[in-house]
Amino acid sequence: MTDDIRMNRVRRFLDTLNQARELGLTVEAAGEGTLTMRLPYSDRIIGNPDTGVIHGGAITTLMDTTSGSVIICALDDFELCPTLDLRVDYMRSAEPHKPVFARAETYKITRNIIFTRCEAYQEGGETIANCVGTFMRIGKDATPKSYSELITGGEQ
Amino acid sequence: MTDPEILGYTRETGDFSRMLESVPYARFIGLECERFGDDLIFRLPKKEENLGNPVLPAIHGGVIGGFMEMSAAIYLMMSQESLRMPRIVDFSLDYLRAGLDRETYAECRLTRQGNRVANVMITAWQKSRSQPIATARAHFLLED
Repeated sequence: MTDDIRMNRVRRFLDTLNQARELGLTVEAAGEGTLTMRLPYSDRIIGNPDTGVIHGGAITTLMDTTSGSVIICALDDFELCPTLDLRVDYMRSAEPHKPVFARAETYKITRNIIFTRCEAYQEGGETIANCVGTFMRIGKDATPKSYSELITGGEQ
Repeated sequence: MTDPEILGYTRETGDFSRMLESVPYARFIGLECERFGDDLIFRLPKKEENLGNPVLPAIHGGVIGGFMEMSAAIYLMMSQESLRMPRIVDFSLDYLRAGLDRETYAECRLTRQGNRVANVMITAWQKSRSQPIATARAHFLLED
């Protein structure tokens, strides 16, 4: 599978997630088992009105989405994989008026479970948050066919 | 959120609407809070924009996380008479069931409060409190 195919699959997947659209999440780069997404700054997701710093919840959603979607970049067939758990460590506040990026990788894939790592950062590269996650593989047969086709649609 | 007038009003009346109105992210996901005696129950109304998985459909896991995270911060702020939003250090979240497209509730418990760090447990449920959709644990840094 090429990176272009991965990128297009993730874009189509992202497009089906209402909250990801609300936040304006976009795909920056996709590789084998790696994915980078971007969360634009918005006044609507401020958590501290005094400083304009965005709420950790928006960063959690960015990292959950990137970690969940990196699975698409690691498996040949599309499978819906629900999140089992996420652990987020916040290193520092995100600087206001700048986008936040998240880069995720799958570091272990087993028959039932996928383990992910993700880092959120801003331009300049300082880490804002780290996240590890585990995702359950319900199998490609448990994923509705129409949905799989929507994600992989029009490829071959 | 740190406006002392609004905080005083919230503490006195148990009406969280003004406080939540002042925090954009709370409005963004639609978070509400009600006080029953000393207890706080947080509420996330059914909202189309909060959905992730369109197949079920289910609330985006990140929104459930953000909802629980913000609930814990407000709970902590109210329980320690602080004027500042506590800063979150880490957050560990277990998803137990899919959060379906309906109203979600959360309650918090202060597990341990030290001088500088507090540990808060958060439980979120939908139809029945005995069937939580997620549990979480968070550490906050208390600033003076």
